[in-house]
Order: sequence, then C-alpha cells, then structure tokens
Amino acid sequence: MRPDLHHLFRMDKLPHIWCPGCGHGIITRAIGEAIADSDIDLEQTVIVSGIGCSSRAPGYMNFDTLHTLHGRALAFATGVKLSNPQLNVFVLTGDGDATAIGGNHFIHAARRNINLNVILFNNNIYGMTGGQYSPLTPTGKMATTSPYGNLENNFDIPVLAIASGASYVARGTAFHDKLLVDCIKEGIKNKGFSLIEAMSMCPTSYGRRNKMGTAADMLNDLKTSAVNINVAKKLTPEKLEGKFLIGTLHHKPYREFTEEYDKLIDRLRKEGD
Amino acid sequence: MTIRKTSLIQGNRACTEGALAAGVRFYAGYPITPSTEIAEIMSEELPKFGGKFVQMEDEIAGMACILGAALTGKKVLTASSGPGISLKQEAIGYAAMAEIPCVIVNVQRLGPSTGGPTSSAQGDIMQARWGTHGDHPIIALCPSSVYECFTLTVTAVNFAEKFRTPVYVLLDEIIGHMRENVELPAYEEIQIIDRKKPTCTPQEYKPYIIDESMIPEMADFGTGYRWHVTGLFHDETGFPTGKTEIIDNQLKRLMNKFSKYEDEILLWEESKIEDAEILLVAYGSTARSALDAIETLRNEGIKVGLFRPITIWPFPEKALKAKLEKVKHIIVPEMNYGQLTLEVERICKDKTLVSGLFKVNSLPITPDEIIAKVKEVL
Repeated sequence: MRPDLHHLFRMDKLPHIWCPGCGHGIITRAIGEAIADSDIDLEQTVIVSGIGCSSRAPGYMNFDTLHTLHGRALAFATGVKLSNPQLNVFVLTGDGDATAIGGNHFIHAARRNINLNVILFNNNIYGMTGGQYSPLTPTGKMATTSPYGNLENNFDIPVLAIASGASYVARGTAFHDKLLVDCIKEGIKNKGFSLIEAMSMCPTSYGRRNKMGTAADMLNDLKTSAVNINVAKKLTPEKLEGKFLIGTLHHKPYREFTEEYDKLIDRLRKEGD
Repeated sequence: MTIRKTSLIQGNRACTEGALAAGVRFYAGYPITPSTEIAEIMSEELPKFGGKFVQMEDEIAGMACILGAALTGKKVLTASSGPGISLKQEAIGYAAMAEIPCVIVNVQRLGPSTGGPTSSAQGDIMQARWGTHGDHPIIALCPSSVYECFTLTVTAVNFAEKFRTPVYVLLDEIIGHMRENVELPAYEEIQIIDRKKPTCTPQEYKPYIIDESMIPEMADFGTGYRWHVTGLFHDETGFPTGKTEIIDNQLKRLMNKFSKYEDEILLWEESKIEDAEILLVAYGSTARSALDAIETLRNEGIKVGLFRPITIWPFPEKALKAKLEKVKHIIVPEMNYGQLTLEVERICKDKTLVSGLFKVNSLPITPDEIIAKVKEVL
C-alpha cells in the first residue's frame, strides 16, 4: 500500500479477514487511492456497506463507517445523503447484497439519481456463507446450492444500472486496478448515482469448486476476459464473444435528487417570506 | 399554556404535529392503510421546516433510511401498519442494537397478514415487544386520545433521543382516524430533549461505553469522530467482537439501559382506583369504552376503576401491583386474544383474579360489553 494511503485506513484493524487470493483487498485499496487522489473532505465522508465479504471493507477504512443489514446499504445511504447532502457517501456492496436481497433498493437508488458512489464487488458468489450461487454466478457454474450447475441466468449489472437511471456507470477489475481507480474517481466527480462494478475473484468458494486454478490464474482470467470499451469499438462481435467490457460504459449527468430537494426547500422558504 | 392553534384533527395528524414540534426533520416511509395520512402530511410539512421526506421503494427501505438520517444528527420518524411493521422488524432490531434514536408510529390494523386494512385492532402489542429477533430493549407508548397522539409523539421523540433507542407509538385505527378538537401548545412551550453528543476528542470517543449513565454519547456523522456502526456485537469502540465477556457485558447494558430511568419512562393513568374492587386494565381506544363503562357501573354502585398503561413497554409493573389491595378481579379488555392479559396475569396472579375480554372482528369493544363482563365476574 502507498504510504500516503495509510491515514485512510484503520491500520490497527489490518490484516483483513478475507481469504488468501481474494480480490477484495485490491479493490478496497483502489477505493482508498481514488479518495486520496480526489479533492474531498475526509471528515465529511461516510462509507456504508451491507452484509457479505465486500461489506466488511468499511471497517478497515478511517471514516465514519456504517456496516448495515444484508441488502440495505443503499437504503441507509439514502438517509445519510438526503439528510446531509454535504457528506460524500460511498456504498460498498457485493453481487448478492446489491442485486439479490438488495435489488429493489439498487434500482430505486439509481432511479432517484441520488449522489452516491457505489462500488459493487462482484465475485460471482456468496462468499461469506460458503459459496452459494448469486444472481451473478454464471449459468452452468457450480455452487453449494447449484450442485448440478447453475440453471439461472445472470444480471448484466451495468445494463441494469443504466436502465434504472444511474448517471455514471463503469466497470473495472481486480487486475485492471489503475483503470478501476480512474473509474472510481470519475464516479466521485459525477453528481448523481455512480455505479462501478469491480470484478473480483473468490478462489476459496467459487474458483475451487469450478476448477479455475489458483488465485493468480483467476486474476489472469480477468485480464484476458476484459476488453476496454475504447478497444471494443473497433472489434467485431465474434472477437468480443465471451468477453466483458471495462472502462466508463455510461456517463449522462442529469437532475440529482438531493439538489432537487434543496431547491424545493428554498422555493417554499421564499414563498413563506 | 399559550395555544398555537386549535383544530379538529384526526390522531394521525396529531402525530405529525407532535413530530414536527419535537424537532423531527426527516421522514422516510411507504404508503399503507391506516397510517398513510402521516406520510402525506409529513411530505407536505417537512420541507417547510427545512426537513426532508422521501417515499421509499418499500417498508424495509423506509426504516433503514431513517436510521441513516439519524446518524447524521437528525430526529427521525416513520409510520406504518400491519404488514409494513412486520417488514420493518429487521431494521428495528438494528436500531436497538446500534442504539440509533428513531420513532416508529404503528397505526394498528386487523391482522394477521393483510387482515383488515381499515379495521381497528390491538394485535401488535407483543410484536412491539418482541417483533425483531434476539433480546433487545424497546419503548412503546400508547395514546387513547387525539391530543395524546400529539403529546406522546413528542415524548417518543424525546425518549428516542435521550435513551438512544427505537420507540414505538402504538395507535389503533380508531385513535388514528378519530377526530377531536385539540389545542396545540406554542412550539417554545414544548419540552424538547436532544441526544447527548461527545465533547471528548475523537481518539477518546467510545460510542458504546459502559458507564453509569448506561446511555453512551452519540456523534453525528461528518463531525470528525470517524466511528464505526454495525449490527454485529461490538465492543465499546463500536468494532465487531466475538469475545464472550464483551458480548455479555454489552447485552446486559442494553437490556438494563432503561432501569435507572423508569420513573421517567413509565407512564400510566388511574381513574377511580382507590376503592375499586374490579379493576379494568385498558389502553388505546379500548380505554375510552372502559371509562364509559365505569361511569355506568359506578351509578349502579359497583366499585370499578381503570388502570391505563400509557407506556406499554416496559410495562409499569410496580405501579399496577401497588394498586391491588382492594381489587378482587382484574379485567383486561383488548382487541386481540389476550396479549396484554397474559402480561397482567404474570404480574398480578398472586394477588387477584385476572380475566380477559377479547374481541377481534374489526369492531371496537363497547362499554356494554365491558359492563356485561364486569357483572359476569361479580
């Protein structure tokens, strides 16, 4: 870790609880880098999470931190941000937390375009409970609750976020961490709902059961499967088969919820005068 | 008392008047009968006070959202009924565990399940006490008039702030939708309690300290304390722990945090109780029928009195027990199948007989039904 990041972390709480080879440490460090490189007031910054492996990250981060209930991080964060729009609010969540039990809160927070920076750690599995399939476990893959291979289909998280109203949507990976830092920084700049899907890897509960090799092999898979959106524009559909896009996928700022609410308060105040 | 305004309003509106007077500046919720008016009125009034209202995507989110707002220092409230209150239980437990001040107005309707949306009931008494999983502290207040909806919502907000706890205001549909003329006091004459905030340095701050006060100070997010909030068992600093001794001590503090404040928290009202041989224990709208029945019975020379718990949880146990010398029989009329009757029986069975009068069919318990029950046990 860069020494200039140490003050952003609760160094006395480290090392973290994640398994060897887990991608979440890289992503958490990337969030720290993005915050360090952005001009935001650290004392006016709140980090909110739900439940799961990813949601333990805020405990290691030196801010006001709120470890909430499974799936509910965005609902708590909406209360934090709306009640005090001066605060910079980050939400760290996982694929199960955000798109299964928290799916309703996810689409509605995006619909409001409320100024939250959401980093969704996608490791394709429920890691904390030992490897059950999530809405992001690829079809056919093995999990403890899909012992014959997953029969269900997956969400495309950025497509879901865009359709729901997010104004900034991007994807990075634990391998492409510099790009990930850049995407998070762009998300911080965006005055609205920003969703950054951070592809992680879970060698313990997902990779092992699906014979994906070592953590390094899984990191290499992220490297070879990801195509930068700027490169993808020049590639044929055949070349993109089985790949996923990384980089800024969508950026369209528009009216943000807490600003609109403050405008309403101002209007009523003037009418009352 | 300086009167701010006199108006003919329903109980639900009186709750919103109380909330605004007590300093509530954030509401998040979801529409549900028969509590919806509270959300509607708050959506109109809060922005005029510089406060915020948001209609969330579901009941769970409404509860979670007010907790987020409470952590930035706002006084917060939500309202719901029946199925909505069931959905909120997870986050109510979080509020109890993380000790986040908040008020939940439950306008009780007929249950279980969807039950009777526009029908009155008092079936959520035990849910208010034990609705969320695990042992936890809770306060529940129960108004029986429109004016009391106002005063008790103020009290609920004050209790939430002072004791860092979720507080229920338990209306029933009759009280929520009944209209009465009320005189609302001037804002400056209303006693307001704010939560204790830390004055120590951030390095010294312990958001879950175990000390004599039993109620730790609470820092607003964004004021430099950089503390950690979790629903996991945590130590004095707020960080998760698996150490059994710490879990034990923190849960003991939680479960006992109101005991030294009982004189302040336990509220009740007595009527014609001194010589009473038959004692009615009634609350909410049912207490109104009880008072009416007492008048008739007293005219017939039957010595009947009323003990009306206003604080339902924790139950004013010692106060009730102290009134039983002449009492031969207690009758508990309630619009459920005996939820508070069992509690009264537990407290009083060594001293007197206890019977319930139950009615759960969407209709209120009438004075005549109470009179008949009294005559039955005479």
